[in-house]
Amino acid sequence: MAEPSQAPAEFQPWRDSDETPYVRIDRVTKKFGDFVAVYELDLDIYRKELFCLLGASGCGKSTLLRMLAGFEQPSGGRILIDGVDMADIPPYERPVNMMFQSYALFPHMNVEQNVAFGLKQGKLPAAVVRERTTEMLELVKLGQFAKRKPHQLSGGQRQRVALARSLVKKPKLLLLDEPLAALDKKLREHTQFELMNIQEQVGVTFIVVTHDQQEAMTLATRIGVMDEGELIQVGTPTDIYEFPQTRFVADFIGSVNIFAGKLIVDEPDHVVIHSPEAGTDIFVNHGVSAGPDADVWAAIRPEKIHVTRDDPGQPQNCITGIVDEVAYMGDFSVYLVKLETGKIVRITQPNLLRGNPERILWDERVYVYWDASSPVVVTK
Amino acid sequence: MSTRGAPALTRGVSRIANTAVKRISGLRGSVVWAGLRRRFKGLGRTSVIGIPYIWLLAFFLIPFVIVLKISLAETQIAQPPYTSLWYWVEHKYLNIRMNLGNYQYLIQDSLYWSAYLNSVKIAAVSTLFCLLVGYPIAYGIARARPDRRILLLMLVILPFWTSFLIRVYAWIGILKTNGLINNLLMALGIIDTPLVMMQTDFAVYLGIVYSYLPFMILPLYANLEKLDLTLLEAAADLGCRPAKAFFRVTLPLSLPGILAGSMLVFIPAVGEFVIPALLGGPDTLMIGRVLWDEFFSNRDWPVASAVAIALLLLLVIPIVLFQYNQARAAEANS
Repeated sequence: MAEPSQAPAEFQPWRDSDETPYVRIDRVTKKFGDFVAVYELDLDIYRKELFCLLGASGCGKSTLLRMLAGFEQPSGGRILIDGVDMADIPPYERPVNMMFQSYALFPHMNVEQNVAFGLKQGKLPAAVVRERTTEMLELVKLGQFAKRKPHQLSGGQRQRVALARSLVKKPKLLLLDEPLAALDKKLREHTQFELMNIQEQVGVTFIVVTHDQQEAMTLATRIGVMDEGELIQVGTPTDIYEFPQTRFVADFIGSVNIFAGKLIVDEPDHVVIHSPEAGTDIFVNHGVSAGPDADVWAAIRPEKIHVTRDDPGQPQNCITGIVDEVAYMGDFSVYLVKLETGKIVRITQPNLLRGNPERILWDERVYVYWDASSPVVVTK
Repeated sequence: MSTRGAPALTRGVSRIANTAVKRISGLRGSVVWAGLRRRFKGLGRTSVIGIPYIWLLAFFLIPFVIVLKISLAETQIAQPPYTSLWYWVEHKYLNIRMNLGNYQYLIQDSLYWSAYLNSVKIAAVSTLFCLLVGYPIAYGIARARPDRRILLLMLVILPFWTSFLIRVYAWIGILKTNGLINNLLMALGIIDTPLVMMQTDFAVYLGIVYSYLPFMILPLYANLEKLDLTLLEAAADLGCRPAKAFFRVTLPLSLPGILAGSMLVFIPAVGEFVIPALLGGPDTLMIGRVLWDEFFSNRDWPVASAVAIALLLLLVIPIVLFQYNQARAAEANS
């Protein structure tokens, strides 16, 4: 499979063989009774990375995070942070801070006391504690709310207090559990950029757990997709989106059209997939690591499929169908086109013209086609 | 088409049903009917709220007024053993005679003061011990596995199935010179002469702590059980050791439970009569016993009533003020 092309100047410590990982998760398993939450998971995370663990709820991502923080003990395997085995180190001695999904702000303390709590556990002089607390509150723009109690704050402000509290001890590793889940869309986007700014300013290694793929895409240097306690794929957001290795990943990240089929032509520079589901043979202009006659799936993103009334004159990768549904989403429109085989294909098209009189409507007969480079072929 | 037909059919049926309901209710929907219904609804609400108030009025406020009345009378050897507050002179003058002497007497005679202060002291110390014993128990139950909590709570409540009086009597059997503890210690050869435990302040403290412990545990449990455990994880995450986290997080957050439990123990303990009477010695001075003596031994109902009223005022008013402040503070917080 072709590698994604990335600019060499980009931050990619995982490609550098001389770099030692900051966090090493080594065949870690966690069982709760009979239930296996995490199974023999291996993962290396490097300094200053912003790593997103992505998965549906119950996939084990939060359990993994809790093991890093020390709230759960692995049933098997090792966790090393900065080369030190964490097995016998209690949470209050780990160089790790966590931002909780529920924020877990102390309700009986005001904002300032909440933020200062971590600093007061050490032997720092009071003046330093005050100074660092004020500095942190300025960073998250909460200076004027220092004397408020958590219940007097809005959701977004609480989230910022939680962030300030987890950052104030300048941890080497910051764990964030669904940090933005409780925020509305606008505030969430704003905070995502704020998080990235803060990360650049303080240079911490972040591990973020989320079920929100949009969030993972925006934030992460790398994403790890988890399912049923195992890591399915680890890669940059582009890798994960454009080169998913399994149907699960393709389907989990964004929406995708998947055509089941059989490999009938298998050449190094192109393959052809016979797909009865699509009603046509799918021509792909790159090689696939699977033998002839293998069962494969071609995954095509909705934005990479075109829809027109007129025949595009393309001999391959072109099918006809009837528009079943049109949804206007503002910046783009979604078309559900029913192929002759009965399969529904999802297509998104940007709305380039305002009030386009030529736009395609319900029940129209249309041509659906895509570029030979668009399909991703997966074997499982 | 057939798949779409089914929902359409249901929709049609429900539309017909709706219209039918509207027609029927239209028949009843006269102004009179609506008015009646509204009035009846109001009546229902009033009676639901009203019945507890009538109960409180009949069984708390009226007896209180009667006791207040008696406390302002004078004692006499008659039936009832106190004078009336008012009487008619020449069938036209209403004479009201209020005797404040009973209250003067309470202030002047140091017996009442020292009995009152001693009661407060015994109640306060007992409350503290209840807290010290009850807090770990409540904490343990709140942290137990959810399916075990019910069982443990049942064990706390279990003593209530036996009469309070019998349980206090049982302590006599345990504490007396020839009782369970002394016999056991002598049999084991730990002591030669029996320990004197009965008729001491120790026995009174023990009896009160034992009897009122569930009233401390239950509100504390209710509070501790609600505590968000992620707060303790957050404290640990920020470098706080478990013991310190208890004092910085758990304890401050359980303050409402501590207050509620302490109130429930302290208030009845101040007026406690049975425990000091059965377990205490003749020198265990508590206001409840003084009241009993005034009432049954001296048959001085007016002074007994004055003691009761004074006890109530001295005890209840500070607590009401305290509660009022608490409620205001809680309101200001939310």
